[in-house]
Amino acid sequence: MNKSRFVIVLLALLAFCPLSRGEFVVEVTRGQDDAIPIAIVPFTAADAAAGTFDVAQVVSDDLARSGRFKSMDRKDMVEQPHNGASISFDDWRRLGNDYILVGQMQPQGQDRFSISFELYNVLNRQRLLGYQISANAAGLRLASHQVADMVFDKILGVRGAFATRIAYISVLGSVPNRSYRLIVADSDGENPHVVMQSNEPLMSPAWSPDGQSLAYVSFEGRLPSVYVQQLRTGERRRVSAMAGVNQAPAWSPDGKKLALTLSTRDGNLDVYVLDLATQAVTRITDDPGIDTEPQWSKDGQSIYFTSDRAGGPQIYRVGIQPGDRPRRLTFQGNYNARPRLSPDETQLAFVTQEDGAYRIAVMDLRGRGDVQVLTKGRFDVSPSYAPNGAMIIYASRDRGRGVLALTTSDGRVQERLVSSEGEVQEPAWSPF
Amino acid sequence: MKRIISIACLLAAAALLTGCPKKATTVEPPIAGAQVPAAGQGGASTTNPLGQAGTSGMGTQGANATGLLAKHIIYFDFDKSDIKPEFVEIISVHARNLAAHPNLKMRLEGNTDERGTREYNIGLGERRAQAVRRALMLQGAAESQLTTVSYGAERPAVEGDNEAAWEQNRRVEMVYVP
Repeated sequence: MNKSRFVIVLLALLAFCPLSRGEFVVEVTRGQDDAIPIAIVPFTAADAAAGTFDVAQVVSDDLARSGRFKSMDRKDMVEQPHNGASISFDDWRRLGNDYILVGQMQPQGQDRFSISFELYNVLNRQRLLGYQISANAAGLRLASHQVADMVFDKILGVRGAFATRIAYISVLGSVPNRSYRLIVADSDGENPHVVMQSNEPLMSPAWSPDGQSLAYVSFEGRLPSVYVQQLRTGERRRVSAMAGVNQAPAWSPDGKKLALTLSTRDGNLDVYVLDLATQAVTRITDDPGIDTEPQWSKDGQSIYFTSDRAGGPQIYRVGIQPGDRPRRLTFQGNYNARPRLSPDETQLAFVTQEDGAYRIAVMDLRGRGDVQVLTKGRFDVSPSYAPNGAMIIYASRDRGRGVLALTTSDGRVQERLVSSEGEVQEPAWSPF
Repeated sequence: MKRIISIACLLAAAALLTGCPKKATTVEPPIAGAQVPAAGQGGASTTNPLGQAGTSGMGTQGANATGLLAKHIIYFDFDKSDIKPEFVEIISVHARNLAAHPNLKMRLEGNTDERGTREYNIGLGERRAQAVRRALMLQGAAESQLTTVSYGAERPAVEGDNEAAWEQNRRVEMVYVP
């Protein structure tokens, strides 16, 4: 009999229809003592319609979530200046602030708003930023994240990553009637949109380097296939549906290839590279153990992956040129898996087992390979770096439910993004 | 214009929620002469291999064998893929059934508990499915009768983050397919 063929009905209309509301509430589980104090004064709004959107609140939440800033409570503000000329610097300094952000939002005709803002150093009264950006109503949230990015960059000298997105899998319902959704949301979890929905598992979302597409695994038709879907149009393509396993897609830095996990007829999983234009498949690893969870180096010349060739799963690195022999990178403990490289390639994040729990660890790739376990949960998996490398988002468990959590890449600040519904898993942070 | 798009989105979402969500995403065309599990019914549709065999007119011999044929799930220890002694006879009965009825086909669905990384668990689930496949082939099932798929930790039989749930999720389901 023919292998069953399945007709896929694309949810073109559903693609990028917004969900009803933001899904997450942020809980800070570990804060930083030396966070920089900043006052983010509510922006003026010249009319009521514009006033419904609170730019300053978004900026304040972003900066607080980064763990690097401590923003002043609004109810402690004795006055609310909207431009540099009306700031009483001595007062703000006495209230303990190092920086102050003031601004205003004004309508500019039909569905158009102008946001102007100024950042000052309270101590020396220096004006650090003065900008105006314009946006339509739907773009106000993104514009606010861009303001936060500029403040973050100006004060810390690190590019902000607030105006980026996260993809994740949300599971609704109970066994055996579960449904799976692939969702893309803003980096703060707001503005979630369903990209794909299925009654069979969805797994392993991976952003293309240009941020325009997601690769993912779908079990629709009961068998795993790898798909690439354009976010803007919803158009998608099945790029790998070989017999057996089709898993763990990872984009090459040039966006032209996918590393993925395929299997032989007798079920041996190895890492392969698929050329998206020619469909040509090249085998990268060849070992009877499980080789999976590939991740490219930035130069596209080598691949990090998980292998249990030595017993338990450990992390290896191999060059993509034929004949290169994998080199083992992790030696502490008997379970180290799913490597993710920091954007500057100085650090490797992965899942490690410690006291029977699964936690996020990082290895310093510059020195002797020191390993630091960052998290304290029992089921912390799926780490993914922010594109500026400052934070790692991962999947955790809270009161029996799958949730997303954040840690700074040094572990000093940790937060949970508590979802309003369902199990949330496998976060993937977009590129800039 | 924007409002029209919003309304279209709402209507589409409403249709999805109130209409027939099971068919909205994946539609499986019926296959003649066989009971095809509806999309989305998940494990519920895979719990009756005897029924599947029955519909294609394939009976089995003896009450005892029938009892074992009704069992179709092989359970595993944590991080293990070797078949435990108590499951050897169940696999034997299915192997004999497959050998006696060469037009029967079986899908072996490998699963793990939730612990560990998701993609590595796909590998473990596949390893379990392959262990059952080899055991079936050693006892007379033909290679062409068997396919494997690994769901890793993605399709648990039971929810819960405790050993009682985990031991029910570390399994291979032997599913007769049309």
